[in-house]
Amino acid sequence: MTALVLRGVRPYGEDPVDLVIEGGVIAEMSRSGSASGHIVDADGLVALPGLVDLHTHLREPGREDAETIETGSRAAALGGFTCVHAMANTDPVADTAGVVEQVWRLGQRAGLVDVRPVGAVTAGLLGEQMAELGAMAHSSARVRVFSDDGKCVHDAVLMRRALEYVKAFGGVIAQHAQEPRLTENAQMNEGVLSGVLGLTGWPSVAEEAIIARDVLLAEHVGSRLHICHVSTAGSVEVIRWAKARGIDVTAEVTPHHLILTEDLVASYDPIYKVNPPLRTHDDVSALRMAVADGTIDAIATDHAPHPHEDKDCEWAAAAFGMLGLQTALSVAQHTLVESGLLDWRGLADRMSVRPARIGGVQTQGQGLEPGAPAHVCVLDASARWIVDPEAVASKSRNTPYASMELPGSVRHVIFGGIPTVIDGALA
Amino acid sequence: MKHLLSAGDLTRDDAVLILDTASELATVTDRSVKKLPTLRGRTVVNLFFEDSTRTRISFEVAAKRLSADVINFAAKGSSVSKGESLKDTALTLEAIGADAVVIRHGSSGAPHRLARAGWIGGSVINAGDGTHEHPTQALLDAFTLRRHLCEGRGDLTGIRVTIVGDVLHSRVARSNVLLLRTLGAHVTVVAPPTLLPLGISAWPCDVTYDIDSALPEADAVMMLRVQGERMRAAYFPSANEYSRSYGLDAERLRAMRPDAIVMHPGPMNRGMEISADVADSDRSVIVEQVANGVSVRMAVLYLLLGGDMKGQG
Amino acid sequence: MDTSRSHIVLDEADIGRAIRRIAHEIVERARGSEDLVLLGIPTRGVPLAHRIAEAIASTEGRSVPVGSLDITLYRDDLRLRPARALENTSIPPEGIDAKTIILVDDVLFSGRTVRAALDALNDLGRPAAVRLAVLIDRGHREFPIRPDFVGKNLPTSIVEDVRVEVAEIDGVDRVTILGASDDPGDQR
Repeated sequence: MTALVLRGVRPYGEDPVDLVIEGGVIAEMSRSGSASGHIVDADGLVALPGLVDLHTHLREPGREDAETIETGSRAAALGGFTCVHAMANTDPVADTAGVVEQVWRLGQRAGLVDVRPVGAVTAGLLGEQMAELGAMAHSSARVRVFSDDGKCVHDAVLMRRALEYVKAFGGVIAQHAQEPRLTENAQMNEGVLSGVLGLTGWPSVAEEAIIARDVLLAEHVGSRLHICHVSTAGSVEVIRWAKARGIDVTAEVTPHHLILTEDLVASYDPIYKVNPPLRTHDDVSALRMAVADGTIDAIATDHAPHPHEDKDCEWAAAAFGMLGLQTALSVAQHTLVESGLLDWRGLADRMSVRPARIGGVQTQGQGLEPGAPAHVCVLDASARWIVDPEAVASKSRNTPYASMELPGSVRHVIFGGIPTVIDGALA
Repeated sequence: MKHLLSAGDLTRDDAVLILDTASELATVTDRSVKKLPTLRGRTVVNLFFEDSTRTRISFEVAAKRLSADVINFAAKGSSVSKGESLKDTALTLEAIGADAVVIRHGSSGAPHRLARAGWIGGSVINAGDGTHEHPTQALLDAFTLRRHLCEGRGDLTGIRVTIVGDVLHSRVARSNVLLLRTLGAHVTVVAPPTLLPLGISAWPCDVTYDIDSALPEADAVMMLRVQGERMRAAYFPSANEYSRSYGLDAERLRAMRPDAIVMHPGPMNRGMEISADVADSDRSVIVEQVANGVSVRMAVLYLLLGGDMKGQG
Repeated sequence: MDTSRSHIVLDEADIGRAIRRIAHEIVERARGSEDLVLLGIPTRGVPLAHRIAEAIASTEGRSVPVGSLDITLYRDDLRLRPARALENTSIPPEGIDAKTIILVDDVLFSGRTVRAALDALNDLGRPAAVRLAVLIDRGHREFPIRPDFVGKNLPTSIVEDVRVEVAEIDGVDRVTILGASDDPGDQR
């Protein structure tokens, strides 16, 4: 079997090399122009380790009209990902070994990325009774991340038990931090604008209070905790405090919370309706700084496909969520790399290394080193492109970036030594 | 101007034009033939997803006095109540050739979607959306204020208006604060802190929790309806406490200037935010507000539909 | 204004004479001033109506009711132009039923304004007779309408415009013909 050679590629944007892939691993990184084999011209392009998403809604089973594991895998590969965590809020809910194994198998069949099922914390996401976490952990899907995402595990006792229980198999609870009573019928960030627009406010404190409670619970029981889609400056402060105190907490932020603000809601266009809601400029700044200083560990897409009719309606009737897989890297480049907050190594840490570690995915996020599994994302950092909702690989079209110009285009993706994307198209 | 979605979209000149037009149109009510041929052949749809008999009738009378064909499309008992989406309803209205859609909807921003989503080509008039706005109510309130306090001319410069009640959930308050400010009035908002939106300090008005400090200076007081369900949601402890603290009774009316007027958008909770004797007193212009609503809505319909922007120039 | 392409056809004195003559003819035709009501069509028909009424009063020794009749809402070209502000309509307290109405306008052109005025009168009551007085008749009628009292017949080209200015509104009494390329001003 001939080696695959990414000729002239610049790992982490540094000096160009020939990156040689053989037998599913990175065989060597040699002087540019020296290696032989199946040559892929990557002159001047930036190589990153394959991206790992901790937070993806693939909608299958149940809402195959919005997305399937197949179409979501395509979108992920085209976005530079080699691993995604499929959230549990499907129908049926991924709260049993049977469902997570089905998702796992469908991911294997699509074969474009590692699809790692996330298990529900509570049966049916009802927040009443713990799901069979052990059975999911010990299934062939080997679930390590558990989340009721879309709903908050708001019962403090249940949260405590779940945090404790998953220690037995090295799992982690990923909390969707949203105090339910404070967010009844909430539609957008609570502030001046929500008052003007007459939309029920979604106070920052509804998120921050749950995070504060849960970091203290995690400390009390000595467990690991992960916070989904942090959206407020106050949440960053709480997490920073918890980390300084030695609490084993990690956190993620979505690309859209790094770039979009609540001002967009003034259009009443539900394309901007998302949970947690878009916040203020100050929140966006704080979140970017938190990614830069490592308080927030990971960028996670919260890719949430919805069929057209669920967004082509009035605000209150619309579904929460936006696409993210194919724009995440570009938004991260724009907000973090081009702003000088992170270099490419830093971005690889937040989009590959740390999310793989949080998700307990040992075969991913190993960086670009000889001997590491050959998961590689190659992008043209100098390219700029206009987001076209009709051109996305996802089955849904609900991207908030339509007509926006973004930097950086994914050219090639290698998943386990096999090209999944070549020249910006599925291989 | 193609649509009327928010009172905030109106400039001072826009608003004064509407009020001046309404003044002229008000005379039609006194004629033996209460009808003008202006909108003959035009179709106005009243699309009401919430019950509001008084607003619907007001728009219906306004449209009919201008000779428009009026179609009442109420959610109850129609396909809308069977789960038909706003979009599909809009496409139906477009297919039957609606020139204007007057929409009342429980969801804030629904008129904006109707106007901007590309579903329909006609004008959209916001007749109350969720807890957002009710611009024609603000216009009729401004019209009423102008008649009583400004000799029916110009804007409201220097007039002091106090708005009391559930500002948080009130589309009337939002539209009035924006419009009255645009017209030069000074607005003071009075409510318990729980019934004020979080960002109220950014609004172009004064805010106080104390009604008794806000009444003596006011040229007009506008009492907002307070719904009983707010009490159950813990916005205030009891109807009695609310009424004592924020209700307008004869004693509070005596603390006001002798020529100050009392307004209410209706429907009133007598004994809650306003006592019966105040509501029926000669200082109350509440019934007149209803009559003025027809004139103002005629003016809006005429100005949006009377001309055709395509023919401009 | 391009003065080389416009010229004044009536000055203050001419207009004053025209008004007095119209007033005289109205009285003569009506055999007195009883039951007369003058209704000016805004904008410039209104001050002209008042002047005619004054002229009648000075010769007859009794005042004649004057009002204004805005025809905007009765126009037949509403859908061809943006909506415009309404002018004042005020009917004298005597009403118009069984009266002889003299409609007063500045310029008679296509006749559409007068047609609209007749429709408006129809909604206001039932006059005994309706007559029309105009300061300028410039021709080019599109309706079977003719004036009863004319200040001046002014044959014009269809591409020209006639501008009437009155002191109450414009600060000066003057009638001007404007060439095709000039500011169309307040043509009707």
